Amino acid sequence: MSPLLFLILIPIFGAAFILAGANARFTALVASVTNLLFLVVLLTRYELGGEQVYQFVSSWPIVPSMGISLTLGADGLSLVMLALTVLVTLAAVAVARTPEKNPHWFYASLLFISAGGLGAFASIDLFFFYMFHELALIPTFLLIGIWGSGDRQAAAWKATIYLALGSFVLLLGLIGLYLIQPDGMRTFDLRAISGLAKAGFLPEANWVYLLLLIGFGILVSLFPFHTWAPQAYASAPAPAAMLHAGVLKKFGLYGLIRIAAPILPASVLEFSNLLLVLLIGNILYVGYVTISQRKLDLMLGYSSVMHMGYIFLGFAALNILSLTGACLMLFAHGLSIAALFALSGEIRERTGTLDFSELGGLAKPMPAFGLLFGFAAFAAIGLPGFVGFAGELLVFFGSFVGGDLLMGITETGKEIFQLNNFQIATICAVWGVVISAIYMLRAYRRVFFGPVADRWAALPEISGAPRIAVAALIVVMLVTGFFPGLLIKLIESASIWS
Amino acid sequence: MVMIPSFPIEFFVVALGIVLLLGDAFFTGLDKKTIAYMAIFWLGAILVGTFFLEPTPLWASTAGFYEMDGLAMVFKRFALVATILTLVVSLEYAPVVESFIPASRPGAGLGEYFILPVFTCAGLMWMASAADFVMIFCALELVTISFYIQVAYMRRSLASLEAGTKYLILGALSTGFLVYGITWIYGMTGQTGLGGISMILGMVPEASQTGLLFGIGLVLVAVGFKVAAAPFQFWVPDVYQGAPTSVTAFLSTASKAAGFVVLMRVVQTFVAAPALAAKLIPVLSLLAGLTLIYGNLAALPQTNLKRLLAYSSIAHAGYLLIGVASIGAPFAGRAVVFYLIGYLFMTFLAFLVLVPVSKATGGDDISNFNGLGRRAPTLAFALLISMLSLAGLPFTVGFLGKFFIFEAAMQQHHIVLVVLGVVTVACGFYYYLKVVRAMYWLPAPDDAPPIEVSLLTRFVAAFLVAAIVILGIFPGPVLNLLP
Repeated sequence: MSPLLFLILIPIFGAAFILAGANARFTALVASVTNLLFLVVLLTRYELGGEQVYQFVSSWPIVPSMGISLTLGADGLSLVMLALTVLVTLAAVAVARTPEKNPHWFYASLLFISAGGLGAFASIDLFFFYMFHELALIPTFLLIGIWGSGDRQAAAWKATIYLALGSFVLLLGLIGLYLIQPDGMRTFDLRAISGLAKAGFLPEANWVYLLLLIGFGILVSLFPFHTWAPQAYASAPAPAAMLHAGVLKKFGLYGLIRIAAPILPASVLEFSNLLLVLLIGNILYVGYVTISQRKLDLMLGYSSVMHMGYIFLGFAALNILSLTGACLMLFAHGLSIAALFALSGEIRERTGTLDFSELGGLAKPMPAFGLLFGFAAFAAIGLPGFVGFAGELLVFFGSFVGGDLLMGITETGKEIFQLNNFQIATICAVWGVVISAIYMLRAYRRVFFGPVADRWAALPEISGAPRIAVAALIVVMLVTGFFPGLLIKLIESASIWS
Repeated sequence: MVMIPSFPIEFFVVALGIVLLLGDAFFTGLDKKTIAYMAIFWLGAILVGTFFLEPTPLWASTAGFYEMDGLAMVFKRFALVATILTLVVSLEYAPVVESFIPASRPGAGLGEYFILPVFTCAGLMWMASAADFVMIFCALELVTISFYIQVAYMRRSLASLEAGTKYLILGALSTGFLVYGITWIYGMTGQTGLGGISMILGMVPEASQTGLLFGIGLVLVAVGFKVAAAPFQFWVPDVYQGAPTSVTAFLSTASKAAGFVVLMRVVQTFVAAPALAAKLIPVLSLLAGLTLIYGNLAALPQTNLKRLLAYSSIAHAGYLLIGVASIGAPFAGRAVVFYLIGYLFMTFLAFLVLVPVSKATGGDDISNFNGLGRRAPTLAFALLISMLSLAGLPFTVGFLGKFFIFEAAMQQHHIVLVVLGVVTVACGFYYYLKVVRAMYWLPAPDDAPPIEVSLLTRFVAAFLVAAIVILGIFPGPVLNLLP
């Protein structure tokens, strides 16, 4: 039996115990620590370059006549995403403050979100890949609606309905992918579908790709379907925002890289111009919107939308460099946004506001807090030394050589120098780095530097579990930033390279 | 294994009903609840018995008006389960009914309230097997007439009387359509048996096709009334809201399912002729689209849970009609049946929670559920599962039902229907989650009375929750039952 099943079941059983009355925080911590240790063991047991691309595979038939089975398995990319999930889960549970209202449901919801992410990343069968992701929808609705802040009800409704709509569009895309397979061989098994695609049995199916792109796009907050995200993340309690922005939102891009890239590459290229326009919308338009934010939580929400643009760029260019970069960025952004949301939640706990105009000079009473925030902000910008830098670099290099190059010497000996759409998009995207530097540094300055107001002069320093959790996230980003080879080796062994 | 010789098991159900009626009449001192328990027990016994019937019944091949195929078998069991669940809800709801009927002594007049569903059940089971228009008509009337009485059962409740009148008038109207339609079909083909019609269908001259289509159209209208398809849905909200809650549950599941069995049998017969199929499928698609739009949009602003469930039942009829319109796909029939079974479980679960809560809080508005998550966590959890399943969230049977339907529809290239389906699913998330919001987001009023639930209801609710989740992950057992 696949050990991955336990990885999924541990948080589910944890949640069940909590709902049955066990100590909520303690059980949640135990479940997430167990999962982290379990994953470390899995990573050591994973054979890099082994014969099987997917390892730890086991399969239970569910509807044999339709080729649906619960098939779990992991390749390098899945393991990277699983590692991201367990890390962020542990950090989210660690920074969570036990609410007075319904603490059991609070922690159970967090664990359910985690289980949904783990299940999605560990599924080879597309049907369950989809189902597990949906497991997180209702916990998110409850988390934002019950324990959120600000205009939480509107945010929760909007996000839930957007996500429900997106996931049903995605479902149509997956059904489409199922129906274009030749009759009699139809299946939801990703390995079999990739095999069919490689053997040339799949017809060109642009409509399937478009459904997948819109479905996944809504889930990842691709421009112009992004409006649910900033509000939801701003209103959500910090652990929920960490898990959703850090882990769940990666599901859509993971799906595109995992499904569309190897199975429908022709369609991806055909619609690359459309995607380029949209992702530039993510980077530049949402980037400018981010600059104009006056509150830290909304700014982080928008910035998380904006950063998805880079990963989309890596996906659109569809070459080894750019896809590897995109996978790295999935990991990097998940950790950095989780750290930032954790810290902004801590600020809200202390001050009750995240408005830039009311904050300032917080580094004076809380120097360690300021240091951690600085690191997290730098990581989000993608400063060298953090894993985000490696990811962005690979994405930019990869996308700059994407598409048909229009540079060089023609047969008639004429020299031409013209930028193709990918290169133009890359140039715009590099500007995005400047934009994110502007808003991140400005937020850093507004919140932590300048004169400190009297009422903030005695704020308690960050300590205990939140301090350790955020520091751990930053250490992981630094280690993988200086040694990105660790991750790249894993990603290289993934099944997406056909 | 001992096999029971296969003769119509409806006889047992009718016999049970008559015995109970006589018992009710002669043993006047009997606690009326005993009648309900006995009915539940014996219907359960008959349900178990259906699994030991001889596989190839004698009647099936000979008579031509009584079909004993897989579809019929599944729906007979469906009717039995629905009736048992109805009786469970009735037991919970009985005190409310009692307060609305004039009685010389406590409990008098409740007997028929528990016995009538048994007769309805017999009608439903006959309908499942009906393969002849005469038979279909008779079974349908047995069901409908017993429902007339049940809907208006609370004689001192104006709402119940109004519901009864509305249901009676519109039911009679639809019966008229049905008979008239059958007449036209008989006139054009000379047959009332579906088997006979499908044999003769290829030989119907071109000139008679218009008449045949007219007849089918009238039958569709009649069935449209039964399954609550737009534009024949207008009786549903008032009737569902006014009827006793247990009857509402019965009406919204069993009566709808019966309508769909008839619809599937009729449609399957006529789409066999390509010329008719080309005209029938668009009509069905149109009905499906209208029903989806109307049901879902009208459900959005509802504030009363019973009424919300009424509109949601219209919406679900829309998804089921998508399945019927995709009847050409190999999986479509099974998808519809699977959806109906899932719908039965999730709707009854909702009503099972609704009854004790509205009894305790004195109303069935959604606001009566405020803070239920803290007041009665297990009941709230059951309703949560039911709402999520109705909305179509994965790991519940409701999602798989929608998945199978959409799969069939995409295979038949019903693009517009599928798009409509997806948009309306998003609507559904809004109005079903409104209930979840009331239960978990909003605080309970301070003077909220405690909610009492009987042991039987708890047990059945737990069973339904388990069924919804397990079938949402392993649909295998039910799919294997289906033809």
